[in-house]
Amino acid sequence: MNTTVKLCGIELANPVIPASGTFGYGAEFAALYDINCLGTFSFKGTTRSPRFGNPGPRIAEAPAGLLNSVGLQNPGVDAVIAEELPRLREVFHKPVMANVCGFSVDEYVEVAAKLDACPEVGWLEINISCPNVHGGGMGFGTCAESAAEVTREVKAAVHKPVIVKLTPNVTDIVSIARSCENAGADGLSLINTMLAMRIDPATRRPVLKNLTGGLSGPAVFPVALRMVWQVYEAVGIPIIGMGGVSSAEDVIEMLLAGATAVGVGAANLREPYAARDIVEALPRAMAKYGIDNLQDITGGAHNG
Amino acid sequence: MKKGIFTLAEARFAAPNLRLMRLRGDTEGAAGPGRFVEASVPGFFLRRPFSVCGVEGDTLTVVVKLAGRGTERLLALPEGAQLELLTGLGNGFDLARAGERPLLLGGGSGVAPMLYLARELAKLGAKPSAAIGFGTAAEVCFEREFREVCPELRIFTMDGSRGERGLVTQALGEGCSAVCACGPLPMLRAIDEQSPVPAQFSLEARMGCGFGACMGCTIETANGPRRVCKDGPVFSSGEVRW
Repeated sequence: MNTTVKLCGIELANPVIPASGTFGYGAEFAALYDINCLGTFSFKGTTRSPRFGNPGPRIAEAPAGLLNSVGLQNPGVDAVIAEELPRLREVFHKPVMANVCGFSVDEYVEVAAKLDACPEVGWLEINISCPNVHGGGMGFGTCAESAAEVTREVKAAVHKPVIVKLTPNVTDIVSIARSCENAGADGLSLINTMLAMRIDPATRRPVLKNLTGGLSGPAVFPVALRMVWQVYEAVGIPIIGMGGVSSAEDVIEMLLAGATAVGVGAANLREPYAARDIVEALPRAMAKYGIDNLQDITGGAHNG
Repeated sequence: MKKGIFTLAEARFAAPNLRLMRLRGDTEGAAGPGRFVEASVPGFFLRRPFSVCGVEGDTLTVVVKLAGRGTERLLALPEGAQLELLTGLGNGFDLARAGERPLLLGGGSGVAPMLYLARELAKLGAKPSAAIGFGTAAEVCFEREFREVCPELRIFTMDGSRGERGLVTQALGEGCSAVCACGPLPMLRAIDEQSPVPAQFSLEARMGCGFGACMGCTIETANGPRRVCKDGPVFSSGEVRW
């Protein structure tokens, strides 16, 4: 039984990739289990300068999921390279995915180029889909032209594979996906969180100080699956499918919809061993559904 | 951090909407005043954080205050029910820094973890005194338990219906070696501003994961952004940017 997949020319032992913003730089999870069992993971979204993020509360409960409005808290790219990557190297010995965010095309290019030069980094995941920052993030991902511009400029400045992370908060994700592919993207990640809100009846105010946040968790899984399906029909580059993935069965569904690899996000926050448990459950799920080779089933649901 | 299934062995209401719950399971590594657990709640996605209020053998005590729909479910949970807990979370109070005559301040549901701290300090030979504050007389709880370990106990209520009228910050003064506190943020902030002796505060926050991964509960501190769940929940005087 073979769980390996190939993502933009780099082989992964399995398709399971903890998603950016739910796994820090790996240390919290490495204290619990050997995170080298994972295909890889995408580290916390990184910007040029340090960011505190949004004021709290920035977490809210939802039916089968949660809302977050963290807003890209991170120590800035230079501190990530100087402090976080050396620590990461101690606990994770495979190529890691660097998640890049910005408030201007220049910032995306600068951060991506700096992380491109780090030997720990295997792929650059360009986050044009964060719903919790203003004047950046999702602003670039809701319009085909700006999504293409970021993709094109970053591609011109780096050597490693560029995977563009897309937002579901658009009328037509397929046109954005096509636009990124045409601009040179090596892969696509989808979906980021869905813009959402909760109101506390006791205070009559939104629960999140930022008013809105991004919904993730099992609640969004069918939406993510549908979008992966649609994008797979429209592009030829690999897709990392994510959004509410919580089990080995969910991984298989994502692959059948058209994903090459699969992100695991909110599940890590509810269940610290979630990603490891999914990796361990894969062979049994493959046996159950008669799958010998995981990479053979990508897009399998589109046949016939 | 450890994950385990706990059984609700015993539960009683210490005050209206404040339920003391004794949970039986693997408590290894869970003990320590100021540390907390994350409890799964049937029907809800995120776990809920609760201060540890005592660990004896295989029994761990938490005190759950009604705050929303998740805690409402926990308040109604029958004895014998099972909960999955993440234990051994957070840094906890530094008992060595409390000194010989620490003053413990608790506000509302924050008095419960302070009782645990008082008991642990007394075991170490310290002579803790305590001031516990509530809204009204009906909410006063754990008085008898505090008297067992604190030679001096002051009770405050906001409306004066029991004990002294006012806030526990009125108990602050020079006569103690250190202050340890748990309660609403405005109370902790006032202590930080007014205490003449070094203080430690156990903060409350709306958390996502509870173990440092999501950055949901980050606060501003003098040392930069810090996660309440992982770098705290106990912080020291002058550290928190309130």
